[in-house]
Amino acid sequence: MSDEIEMEEGGGVVKKFMFLNRKAPYGTIYALEGLEVVLISAAFEQDVCMAFVDDGVYQLMKDVDTSGIEMKNFSKTYRALEGYDIEKLYVERESMELRGLTEDDFIVDVTVLSSAELAALMAEQDVVISH
Amino acid sequence: MLHIVNKSPTERNSLDSCLRLATDGSAVLLIEDAVYAATRGNPGSTKLQAAMGRLKFYALEPDLKARGVAARVMDGVTLVDYGGFVDLVAEHRNCQSWL
Repeated sequence: MSDEIEMEEGGGVVKKFMFLNRKAPYGTIYALEGLEVVLISAAFEQDVCMAFVDDGVYQLMKDVDTSGIEMKNFSKTYRALEGYDIEKLYVERESMELRGLTEDDFIVDVTVLSSAELAALMAEQDVVISH
Repeated sequence: MLHIVNKSPTERNSLDSCLRLATDGSAVLLIEDAVYAATRGNPGSTKLQAAMGRLKFYALEPDLKARGVAARVMDGVTLVDYGGFVDLVAEHRNCQSWL
């Protein structure tokens, strides 16, 4: 709480944050918890982007129906990110293609980057938070 | 023997170990994140294809639907619901979960 006040009084230091998602949804709690953290981070008015790598690309699949496993369907939340000014969503091409997926399989518009491009983007962040 | 796998083939080696150690004629049930192995284009599907002559594969349909991949299931994998899961456990003399 005190940190939040200091940041606002200090004229708002804006850092570059990348949230790196590497886990498939629903099998573990990482994807949902990671998404909650991203939404909370929106309140701090930082320069936020999300990257989807490895099984993390599965978080963005369309046509999710969780009624059969009695879990909350949080896939639509990715579409709400835009409303929180989180518009930079990156997918690693190598991870996507290894799983036989294309951009058309995703519920939101993403920017597909090569490993080298994503590596460069990652290196220029102030903070990388991985789930 | 019924083998049950619940981990993604692109995150853990559970499926590899299962396929290596399951004897001919065994059944393999894919649940939770392991259902990705039964989807076209996933590296796991190639491994399933190679083992299809000697093992029988099943996948839990509610888990496929929850992950948005129900329309991508490869040929040769039988889909089951929770009732079918129970039947598989009851039909086999023993089962092994590859946690």
